[in-house]
Amino acid sequence: MSELIQVIDKNGLIVAFLLVGLLTWLTDLFSKKILNSRIPGSAIAIFLALVFGYLGGVLADGEKGLADLPLFQGLSVLGGSMFRDFAIVATAIGASFILIRRSGLLGLISLILGIGVFFISGVAIAWMMGYRDAVSLCTIGAGACTYIVGPVTGGALGASSEVIALSIGTGVVKTIAVTILTPVLARKIGLDNPGAAMAFGGIMGTSSGVAAGLAATDPKLVPYGAVTATFYTGLGCLVCPSLFYLLLKAIVD
Amino acid sequence: MIKGLAVLSFSFLLGMWCGQLLGAWLAINTNVGGVGFAMIFLLLSKEFLSRKGWWSGELEFGIEFWNKLYIPVVIAMAASLNVKSALSSGWLAIVAGILPVLLAFWVFKALIGKFNPTQR
Repeated sequence: MSELIQVIDKNGLIVAFLLVGLLTWLTDLFSKKILNSRIPGSAIAIFLALVFGYLGGVLADGEKGLADLPLFQGLSVLGGSMFRDFAIVATAIGASFILIRRSGLLGLISLILGIGVFFISGVAIAWMMGYRDAVSLCTIGAGACTYIVGPVTGGALGASSEVIALSIGTGVVKTIAVTILTPVLARKIGLDNPGAAMAFGGIMGTSSGVAAGLAATDPKLVPYGAVTATFYTGLGCLVCPSLFYLLLKAIVD
Repeated sequence: MIKGLAVLSFSFLLGMWCGQLLGAWLAINTNVGGVGFAMIFLLLSKEFLSRKGWWSGELEFGIEFWNKLYIPVVIAMAASLNVKSALSSGWLAIVAGILPVLLAFWVFKALIGKFNPTQR
């Protein structure tokens, strides 16, 4: 047994691949068989991971969630900022200039509107709940954009680990809300053609939520929504810790 | 495969450099928007290589792999966060996650009403 522990100890990153892979496998099965794919497996996996992070925090009494337990320390490498940012940059490959040009003005307006709406309402809610410092407000507002923009912004601004976790939680709730509400509301809001889907991806932004929600509405719309949604996170990562933070700081201070 | 990975790494490092420079310029001494810049560089690189006829499926695979890895990375990140302390104000996450979405649905409807994309 001590040999196995030695192996696990030395190969933390590989153990993390195995753990995340198993979790994804189980949640995908759960999503397909029991929920009829109504909530994407990845969203369930992220929620469960947050639960495990909570349990890890209770058990180890540290600041890195489950990764504070020696058995799971590789998770903080796989989930560290280097892999995170690298993988996010790679998602840009799903977009093409030609398609972007076709979505044109409407896509651009929807992107700006979307990031603005989510950031401002996120900040307003955080303010009402008692947060007053620009860094925390900005991080939570960014989390209301997506669960990627939140931690990237929080990391850049030096927000506390709790606030970053909160911003991820907010982003995950958003993903699930978009996933569930999209097929319910699609007809009412005129989401039934490629142009509308592009605008929808730009406003909602959360790639997994938009893709899952559109798939449940009309699978043909998925790539159009994804094309603009891909830019949302990048644009959010660009403006939230810079322009939005400076504006917010000027208002708060 | 490794060539695609090299293109991705090149774009990544260049973007991070820009983010670092912007951060230094804004005097907050952290990386600002490096991820966004890197994405733009990656798209420009893809465009450039496609025009030259050097882009191939094999090359794209190296990038596609990391594209697919992004959800697992987020899962690992979620598990290694300080969720315990965040939960003390957990209902904030729920309210801030749902209310803006409802607002955004309303904004979307208004936007579509103005632009009417069916005529495009």
